[in-house]
Amino acid sequence: MTIDVRDPVRPAPMLPPVDVAPLRRARLRATGVQAACVAVSLFMALPIVLIGLAAVSSRAALAEFPKPLVPSEFALDSLLSFLRATGTLPALGNSVLAGLYAVFWSLVVGAPAGYALARHAFRGKDAYQMFILLVRALPIVVLSVPLATMFLRLDVYDTVLAVTLVHTALALPTTVLITASIFVSVPADLEEAAQVFGCTRWQAARRVVVPLALPGLAASSIFTFVLSWNELLGATVVTLGHRTLPAQVLTSLAEASVAYRFAGGFALILPALLFIFVMRRYLLNLWGTTLR
Amino acid sequence: MAELILRDLAKTYPGASTRATDDVSLDVADGEFMVLLGPSGCGKTTLLRMVAGLELPDAGQIVIGGKDVTYLEPRRRNLSMVFQSYAVFPNKKVADNIGFGLRMRGVPADGVRRKVEWAADLLQLRPYLDRYPSRLSGGQRQRVAVARAIVMDADILLMDEPLSNLDALLRLNFRAELKKLVAELGTTTLYVTHDQVEALSLGDRVAVLRDGVLVQCGPPGAVYDEPADEFVGGFLGSPPMNFLTGTVCTDEGRPRVDFGGQSVPVPAALSSYHGKRLRLGIRPEAIQLGDGGGLRGELQVLEPLGASALLTTDVCGQTIKVQAPATFRAEPGRRLALRLPVDQCRWYDPETSLLLEVR
Repeated sequence: MTIDVRDPVRPAPMLPPVDVAPLRRARLRATGVQAACVAVSLFMALPIVLIGLAAVSSRAALAEFPKPLVPSEFALDSLLSFLRATGTLPALGNSVLAGLYAVFWSLVVGAPAGYALARHAFRGKDAYQMFILLVRALPIVVLSVPLATMFLRLDVYDTVLAVTLVHTALALPTTVLITASIFVSVPADLEEAAQVFGCTRWQAARRVVVPLALPGLAASSIFTFVLSWNELLGATVVTLGHRTLPAQVLTSLAEASVAYRFAGGFALILPALLFIFVMRRYLLNLWGTTLR
Repeated sequence: MAELILRDLAKTYPGASTRATDDVSLDVADGEFMVLLGPSGCGKTTLLRMVAGLELPDAGQIVIGGKDVTYLEPRRRNLSMVFQSYAVFPNKKVADNIGFGLRMRGVPADGVRRKVEWAADLLQLRPYLDRYPSRLSGGQRQRVAVARAIVMDADILLMDEPLSNLDALLRLNFRAELKKLVAELGTTTLYVTHDQVEALSLGDRVAVLRDGVLVQCGPPGAVYDEPADEFVGGFLGSPPMNFLTGTVCTDEGRPRVDFGGQSVPVPAALSSYHGKRLRLGIRPEAIQLGDGGGLRGELQVLEPLGASALLTTDVCGQTIKVQAPATFRAEPGRRLALRLPVDQCRWYDPETSLLLEVR
């Protein structure tokens, strides 16, 4: 005998059929978003992949059409010849150094400014933020002659230091604004707790705030490095013999072979990508949670 | 452990037109549990933060254990604090969080470990010492914050609404636990809350603040039974104290206060108020039902609350809340006899809202 749990007096009311149309619409939308993501990713990645492929193809394979997606032979000679070309390796070194120095100095100078913007209300704060952004509005062409003159007078013309100074100045506005937004998201309570439990303000910032702000600091340093790596005009103006890689490649590219150009392009992309991949793990929150 | 003395502390935040604390003076004895109670914006948290050194007073003095600390940095005050938001460091494991203050003080590693384990056992955090706070519940995080504070053996323990972010049941349990813990430690404690139940249940004394001014300070029973003014009576107790306005008249040589057709006797000491208005304050649970005499009120709403029933009655156009036994049943509209025991009545001046001492 089965037990009927339904109330025998009242029959179950007639229910309308389950409407699956909204579910179907949601799935369709999700598919659309996925497709858009794929399209954007391809748009970004395809040129890099193609340049990479061309750079490791032999000169003969480069002329083939259509090109295979996987190179039939792995030929490093065009890359090697690019690297062996006069001035490439020192220029690569200059670029890496200028990038790292710019990251270092923009954080040393910019992060405290960002911290001040995040933590303190002071007169002229909004005007200050606007003013910071205005630096970027000034075209570097306008600055180039005075800059070159000044660097010549200070005897730093045609050095990595000169490039570093220009790139640090260019990166500072974004560094200040990015770090300000990340410091805002670190609760002031944590800093106060650190102070109550024995820290000076400086120790509280170093032991509590900076570790929690690492993702933002990483993002800002990626931004600075890539900016420095790609910056051409300023680097060209303030150097002559000690060029950064883009400046070096640009001068020699026009008269070079196609293979050399691809190798040069690949060599320009690679270090920036490497830097991003290294810093990427700081971008994700280390403790697997939001800060609060 | 030490006593805490606050003298005439005044503080105005930049841009604010009123004072956050207005000449507040308070003495907290060695080992005493003092609760600062008040609605939000009354200055209680500002007061606590000035004791911690996180805010500096414009005027006044703070003395801990005989030493002036008014403008001293927080870390030199030898106090510890439990924050409302817990403020547990998310980048440190539970053990490192609890031991943070000791390590900053330069205590050797094994000393830190022993102390951390002692606190972890006390607060049932032993299984979580190796976890990051993100993997703890809100209640566990709060325990970490308390553990971090108690390992310091500080002179003063400051707590800023430590229970307000917990859900109701957890709060109830942790409240009792906290009381036991602090009593065992015997640390001088300054505890900020806006919850009057918390204040009454935890404090050796309760200091009630309003608009930056200290209104009343005394043992929970005294503050509850004899509120210094109508604000305190209305803020403490749920439901709050009833207040009725009447005019003092004389009936057969005895002063009475008349509410418009109905009256109750007034202590002879208040006969100087003859012809003037007077406010009567009485707690809902002090009113007795049904014996005849006293006031007649018309029942408007009956709310069963489980352990008791709350009656809203109308007496000559003024509302009186009465706490009745849970079994009390009556239809709205019924006339009830409300007896107001003389020793439970408090008298207030309508102008100043201050308690009139009748002894």
